[in-house]
Amino acid sequence: MTTNDDQTTKAPDPTGAPEASRAVRVSKAVLPPLGLGLALVGFWYYVSYVVLEESRRFLLRPIHQVIEVGFLDADNRTDELQALWSSTRIALIGLSIAISIGFTLAIIMSQARVVEKAIFPYMVTLQAIPILAVVPLISFWFGTGATSRIVVCVMISLFPIIVNTLFGLQSAEQGAHDLFTLHHASRMTRLRKLMFPAALPAIFAGLRISAGLSVIGAIVGDFFFGKGDAGIGQLLRRHASRLNGEELLASVILSSLLGVVVFGFFGWIQKRATGRWHDAITAEA
Amino acid sequence: MGTSSKVVTNGSLAFDKIGMVFPDGTEALRDISFTVDKGEFITVVGPSGCGKSTLLKIASGLLEPTGGSVAVDRDHLGYVFQDATLLQWRTVRANVELFSELNDVPVVERRQLAQEAIDLVGLKGFEDHYPKSLSGGMKMRCSLARSLTLKPPVFLFDEPFGAVDEITREHLNSETQQLFLREGFAGLFITHSISEAVFLSTKVLVMSARPGRIVAEFDVPFDYPREPELRFDPDFAELSGRVSVELRGSHS
Repeated sequence: MTTNDDQTTKAPDPTGAPEASRAVRVSKAVLPPLGLGLALVGFWYYVSYVVLEESRRFLLRPIHQVIEVGFLDADNRTDELQALWSSTRIALIGLSIAISIGFTLAIIMSQARVVEKAIFPYMVTLQAIPILAVVPLISFWFGTGATSRIVVCVMISLFPIIVNTLFGLQSAEQGAHDLFTLHHASRMTRLRKLMFPAALPAIFAGLRISAGLSVIGAIVGDFFFGKGDAGIGQLLRRHASRLNGEELLASVILSSLLGVVVFGFFGWIQKRATGRWHDAITAEA
Repeated sequence: MGTSSKVVTNGSLAFDKIGMVFPDGTEALRDISFTVDKGEFITVVGPSGCGKSTLLKIASGLLEPTGGSVAVDRDHLGYVFQDATLLQWRTVRANVELFSELNDVPVVERRQLAQEAIDLVGLKGFEDHYPKSLSGGMKMRCSLARSLTLKPPVFLFDEPFGAVDEITREHLNSETQQLFLREGFAGLFITHSISEAVFLSTKVLVMSARPGRIVAEFDVPFDYPREPELRFDPDFAELSGRVSVELRGSHS
């Protein structure tokens, strides 16, 4: 056969463009958020010093004080880091459980329409329950310690995993299914070699959302169920009740940092796993 | 696998009084009988929606006909679809190896079969590329290579080149012809392009609008290998014209 025919597409050059244009690209990506960040910091100072008079300044402490008291003070830092570690652990355990349950349910649902139809309404219902409403029940059943925090975390992060995994498993095209049918592939082979790889991009999209939610879940759970080591939720509660403005804001910053890190981590894994073959619309997180 | 009415024949494909009525009552095919023997390349042309693709699905076993029977060896059936249907997460090589893998061919043999097929369709050097970096024509070649690993005595083509541009299509037509001459399979090709049909085939069948029936049959007399310039030969134009007349008649 001839090869001198239709345009042959080359694989993209991994080394990319020359150094100079790389610098331009990086600065184009970094400068806009940096600029906005500076503007926000300026606004923060404006509110702290100009809008609020001395006596009400505890409502929004200037940013350098937040850093000084919240992060640079050794005692506070130890508290923060311990709380961070506690919440991270809860979030990771909760997320792992949510992933196990979510994958299992999605795989079962993908195998038969009737199962999907049976389970789905209950998933939506579960998703619609405000956590606040079941807090008393959870504390009846699981106490007020780590178990309950994990339960809240799972409840909050489960839904996106199920929905995205199921959607992904169902995303393989009919033609590809026909190929497997023609070659008498077993259910397991079809799942392993067709449905699961096809689902990967959607699975990761779900994981990124759920990872962020698991952090929220851990902190919300911690807020209600504080027995045992205190997480960020307990810290927030304590500082709020004592009107410790600096520490409160430091905890808020810490919790959002944790969410960002987890989100970015799953984005990185996604790139490693599907970047070569899938044109994802990836945020540079 | 052979289900009820299928008899395995040596290297040919035979339809016997095939009828197909879908559960919703649509009659797609009526009384289709013809045979494609080794060394024959038969093209079915027909208006869109006339059931041409349904015929191939029945031949492959994806659909059970509601009447009649098919005789063909389904374990070594080449079948390319309208879309290349490549698996995005597999490289060209891994895509071409898919059928061997599904049929538990040992790894070494699998690799060798794939390499032969890849060389044959001119994708040498692209083994490690992912589908997203291939052009439409190259994707189709990859799809052809995947079927070639089966060493198919019978090869089904379901409008495979409908989505590529004119120039690429002509190249792919020539290459398909070379494959046919080299491998000597029994080819059954579906298209709505008269020029493609006449250029490739030993015989052209015209199918009517729904319910699809074979309403005309033309032997194509030109010798192989056929050069692309044949398309501008007066005899080619004359034959194409006659097919066209039948095709238009079949619409009513």
